[in-house]
Amino acid sequence: MPAVRATLPLAMLALFGALAMAVSLAIGSVAISPPELWLVLTGGGSELHQELVLSLRAPRALSAFATGALLAMAGALMQVLLRNPLADPYVLGISGGAAVGALLAMLLGAGMALVSGSAFVGAMVSTVLVFGLSHGRGSWTTTRLLLTGVVIAAGWGAVITFILAMSPAERLPGMLYWLMGDLSYARSPEIAWLVLVPALLLMLPIARSLNVLARGPMQAAALGVSVRPLSWGVYGLASLLTGVAVTTAGSVGFVGLIVPHMLRLALGNDQRLILPASALAGGAFLTLADTLARSMMAPVQLPVGVITALLGVPTFLYLLYRSR
Amino acid sequence: MSILEAQELIVDIPGRADGAPFSAKILPGQRWGVLGPNGAGKTSLLLTLAGLKTPRSGRVLLDDVPLHRLRPREIARKLGIVFQERPESFPATVFESVLIGRHPYLSFWQREGSDDVRLAEEAMHALSLTLLKDRLLQTLSGGERQRVAIATALVQQPAIWLADEPTNHLDLHHQVAVLKLLQQQAAQGAGVFMCLHDLNLAARWCDHILMVYPEGELCFGPSSVMLQPEALERLYNQKLTVAYVDDVPVFVPE
Repeated sequence: MPAVRATLPLAMLALFGALAMAVSLAIGSVAISPPELWLVLTGGGSELHQELVLSLRAPRALSAFATGALLAMAGALMQVLLRNPLADPYVLGISGGAAVGALLAMLLGAGMALVSGSAFVGAMVSTVLVFGLSHGRGSWTTTRLLLTGVVIAAGWGAVITFILAMSPAERLPGMLYWLMGDLSYARSPEIAWLVLVPALLLMLPIARSLNVLARGPMQAAALGVSVRPLSWGVYGLASLLTGVAVTTAGSVGFVGLIVPHMLRLALGNDQRLILPASALAGGAFLTLADTLARSMMAPVQLPVGVITALLGVPTFLYLLYRSR
Repeated sequence: MSILEAQELIVDIPGRADGAPFSAKILPGQRWGVLGPNGAGKTSLLLTLAGLKTPRSGRVLLDDVPLHRLRPREIARKLGIVFQERPESFPATVFESVLIGRHPYLSFWQREGSDDVRLAEEAMHALSLTLLKDRLLQTLSGGERQRVAIATALVQQPAIWLADEPTNHLDLHHQVAVLKLLQQQAAQGAGVFMCLHDLNLAARWCDHILMVYPEGELCFGPSSVMLQPEALERLYNQKLTVAYVDDVPVFVPE
């Protein structure tokens, strides 16, 4: 694909992302007009607006954007590797594993850094479980993999219920909200961005190898791709992205499913375009979804996971119906 | 031009005794036809020669270097493989799929250039796929997908072709077109090694025949020597009648 055809969609998605951020900063209990927002962003404006935009809304919007980008990229990567548009970190139980890791750390009263590390370990354990078990002795059939993922996700669900039952009552509301995927407590977007940007840069040179891998492992090997290291490397990366997303916002589902699917319909199947586009569109999508979640029934704040699930479940069912 | 050589090779097929090791060279310009009944191990042999399956013993050399000492990309610039079975792939158009044959030639940051696009267009033309250029693979028939696989290998510009049933799913016209193309490749210095179900296609298009018996026994030589009705009857466990058309033997099962 010529470079020109890739630049225009990416530029438009970047613009869309910037708009989504602006909307998210402007909308809320106190509405801020575009000129006022511009003033605040350039260092002016009233003290109230400064406080609202820079201290309250910006960290949350930046967290939402990074989380959406991480999840959409993780989904896009898994879909290519499994050659199945239904693969998604949430559906495959990777988010569930990360959630168990994080909840255990929270139950033990650990600090935020430990919760993050624990979530990543949970995501990795889940990945190894899902891919190891469904690999078995034969090749990775995608049906077996999806089924294994779904069953493992159900297993994590039971473990989560167990942890909740064991937790002291005063911790429960926070845990529950976080389980549904919630950005209300997301105050530090730095880690998510620190993982997102290098991951994206790392993906660009190997995206063409992923295009080849999408033709099947044998064909990829015949075309000079080192299939095993590439596959495991990308699975590891997808787990890392999921783990970081889960520690930032809890288990937000279906972003990794909806966003890459829509993009493939519009832009085709070249991973060199789809991966960065997924990051931009996923970020914009979750930023808007979170704005909707906190303003739709204000002053009640909904967890953003509710919005993504309401959009994601029909998309998943539609894809499943069409794929036969 | 390249030479693929099997040295004392024993293909690893679970539950089968070693049998006699296979040593042979596929030289530039040669067209090998591999014949044998179902399950004899033709595909396993082909995958072993391609370096995609580890042999039980012995080794495969590409231009005098053992395959396992070469990087996958280096192998892919010389060896083109057409698989018999293709797993369900992720959505891609015919053009995207054919262009992917250039992968081993492009560096990490490089994009396909106009030369690569031209090669892909020529390959699609050679396999009458031009009109299907923008169609998604999933919407194609088996024969059309077979032609996409051959076009992808053609774009790879291999010095050695390893093709597993390249005429599978193809109608008569396209069978001949594909075999002519492989003949042309051989005339330009490529070595061609293909498994074939159809004895008569092998008789017509191959200058070397390799017979794979169900017990793993291998037997090979020039076509004129190998294509004896008695040997073929034993190979397939089937009585045959021979007729001659334009001095080429035609085998008809009785």
